[in-house]
Amino acid sequence: MMLLEVCDVSKHFGGLVAVDSVSFGVPAGHIKAIIGPNGAGKSTCFNLISGYYPASSGKLTFAGQDITHLPMHAIARLGIARTFQTTCLFSRQTVLDNAIVGYRMHTRSNLFDALTRSPRERREERESRERAFEALRFAGIERLADRVAGSIPQEAQKRLAIAIAIASQPKLILLDEPVAGVTAEETAAHAELIRTMARTGYTICLVEHKMNMVMGLADSIVVLHHGKKIAEGTPAEVSADPAVLEAYLGVLAHA
Amino acid sequence: MRRALWIVAALIALALPFLVSKSFYLQIAASAYITAIAVYGLNVILGYTGLLSLGHAAFFGIGAYGVALLETRASWPFWPALVAACAASVLLGFLVGIVSLRTRGHYFAIFTAAVGVMISIVLTNWQDLTGGNIGIVNIPPPPAIGPLSFEGDTAKYYLVVAALAFAIALTALVRRSLFGRTLIAIAGNEDLARATGIDVARAKLTAFMLSTFLAGLAGGMFATYIGNLDPGSSGLDITFEQLLYLVIGGLGTIAGPLIGTLVLVGASQLLQGVEQYRFLIFGPLLVVLVIFFPHGITGAFNRLMAARPRSHRRTTATPETEAAVS
Amino acid sequence: MHLFFQELLNGLVVGSLYALVALGLALVYGTMQVPNFAHGHLYMLGAYVAFFGVTIAHIHYWPSLLLAVVVLAGVGVILERLVFRPLRDAPEVNAIIAAVGVLFFLQTLAQVLFGGDFRVLPTPYDHVVHFAGLIATQQQLIVIVAAGVLMLALFLFLKRTLIGATIEAVAQNRAGAALVGIDTDRVSMLVFAISAGMAAAAAALIASISLISPSMGFTVIFKAFAIVVLGGMGSIPGAILGAYILALAESFGATYISTSYEDVIAFAVLVLILTVKPTGLFAKGT
Repeated sequence: MMLLEVCDVSKHFGGLVAVDSVSFGVPAGHIKAIIGPNGAGKSTCFNLISGYYPASSGKLTFAGQDITHLPMHAIARLGIARTFQTTCLFSRQTVLDNAIVGYRMHTRSNLFDALTRSPRERREERESRERAFEALRFAGIERLADRVAGSIPQEAQKRLAIAIAIASQPKLILLDEPVAGVTAEETAAHAELIRTMARTGYTICLVEHKMNMVMGLADSIVVLHHGKKIAEGTPAEVSADPAVLEAYLGVLAHA
Repeated sequence: MRRALWIVAALIALALPFLVSKSFYLQIAASAYITAIAVYGLNVILGYTGLLSLGHAAFFGIGAYGVALLETRASWPFWPALVAACAASVLLGFLVGIVSLRTRGHYFAIFTAAVGVMISIVLTNWQDLTGGNIGIVNIPPPPAIGPLSFEGDTAKYYLVVAALAFAIALTALVRRSLFGRTLIAIAGNEDLARATGIDVARAKLTAFMLSTFLAGLAGGMFATYIGNLDPGSSGLDITFEQLLYLVIGGLGTIAGPLIGTLVLVGASQLLQGVEQYRFLIFGPLLVVLVIFFPHGITGAFNRLMAARPRSHRRTTATPETEAAVS
Repeated sequence: MHLFFQELLNGLVVGSLYALVALGLALVYGTMQVPNFAHGHLYMLGAYVAFFGVTIAHIHYWPSLLLAVVVLAGVGVILERLVFRPLRDAPEVNAIIAAVGVLFFLQTLAQVLFGGDFRVLPTPYDHVVHFAGLIATQQQLIVIVAAGVLMLALFLFLKRTLIGATIEAVAQNRAGAALVGIDTDRVSMLVFAISAGMAAAAAALIASISLISPSMGFTVIFKAFAIVVLGGMGSIPGAILGAYILALAESFGATYISTSYEDVIAFAVLVLILTVKPTGLFAKGT
């Protein structure tokens, strides 16, 4: 059963076609990677799925529901979490505060609860801290809980982004280049974390350039080039696909 | 430690009528408290949520003129007039917010400034309704509640203290709450806030309405405390002053609005005779603060506290962070 | 009909003025993404420097104008260096707050040095001219011509010189420009200097027609923002077009609607446009 279905989705920016009639599905529990040379439209796909941009055409379905025209926060609430290519945190808040915000969508307390210190407010505050700590523990950074997010090392920041995503208790997590700028050692650790996430039941969609990691991690791969899908299949199938080789080698040849 | 300071401050505020010789000083204190209420409102929208509302003083004007007009033209007693004026402020905040909060970044500042100035112009030029530049005089004090009369200076002072305590409690509760976390998240990184499922538009609107409510409350208190009113109290320059008090006190903090207002009003008093020159110092001071010490006096104090040995610190349940403006 | 053309002329005079001021604002915003809230007070200061030149230092009219432009260009550079550059990476609101501090300071400075009374800049061009059945003072015609000359000069500078090209490069892509070796800090200072200088020229030109006061910066800044929002922040042609549109709207509005609410027109325009299109009428890109 496809958790996420991308049907014929396109995105134009003025005259530029960033994504051109791309279709693929992500089965529940799967780790799906999206790869392709730079500028292929991978991050744009994530932006479309998460609702950061509206699609120019096509249909996006999540858990059977049409999410094509939903705003970003509504899509997040349906169970899609994402990390961003460049570090995107609440850098002036503590690590724990960051994770607590991740869980916020599951709390209903509003201004009136705040002003009356309602039982719901107190309960949800406690709950938020607990879930946040769990998410930090999952991502392996619980000892940094009181540190200011902007001051922790780059690799820990990447883990925090994942923790924020986990705290929102999503069904699908979109990881946008989770190991960009991270050392080889840390890459292996992150890969292990991602595998654990899949084992725990999260469905994962991953954009990444580091081929070793992708090949070793993904259940299936979608290859984009100039905004179009040029191949889809298992790592073995894709790495033998002539169109894929052409795209990468062609890029190298013209570089 | 912090709680002790608040208790001391409260005691001083309550004892002030017995500590000062002239009621003139009471008046200065009460006026400062009223301004602080408005600054608390600004703190909610700017300090917590990171949005610069430059129309703030205009909502103060709505609250003030609301009470003044209802009392003098329609013979309403103070209490319902205050409620109505605050409701008007919130309603106007809703209307302005719906439109202005769709704008990005500094457009919001420009838009709210424009709305504020328009309201100011209307208040000045609609002679028949508002009395134009002359304004409204002889606004009656609140009617007695049972044996409690509000005619005397001391009684009026305590009324203002109560209103200020209310404003502080309100904003402190928001700051410590999950709703407060939402606002701070929006100020910190709006895109990420959206990506974590926060309905940013709704939260901003709520924050804005809360800020206009407090501005209106301050205005209503002003009308009844001072007893007369003119459009000068709702101008853009007043908003700028409130901004100054907030930045000096410390954006996003609970003590900031009070400290900033008291310090600057106190300083202006000390500069008697040269107070028209005060912005020669306060202007550059604002610039220096925004660049080097955006958390103002309270922030400096917090940093001092944080530098103390661990055993003195308690872990807090609230966002320990700095204000929205870093 | 005759009244119509008279209003048109008045609108052109004021529009020329607005254009110079709005251009400065648009230039700074376009290259540095800073909404310089203190711009109106730079304008005000320019008027006072010219006033000082003519009435106190007893320099002639045109050298006084030049003095105003030069002094304000210097002030602009100081502002960029000391106030806006340190806040480049800070949240947007910080720059606005800092600008508020600056404008407070400038207004008080003017008040202290020149008093709060209204002043007028004496001009040697106060003769009345009759043409085509219309009446205008020489000063009004000078404003139109001088503004036109300055705008043309700016256009040529931006489009035809190398420095102008670097300004445009920085406006389009600051990081990219830095990568190709452009000293973006120098460009920022230059842009601020030009912006303040133009505001000073506008103020000095109009100071003979309109009254000078320390608080004149407030009205001007909102008109300038109304124009820049109308024209699309950062768009130079938009600012010029917007300036004349607003001035004409005010001119006709004042006559046919009401004079005391004249200033409201600018604000109403601003509010209306942002309501309908929150990114401004001719906003380029994001």
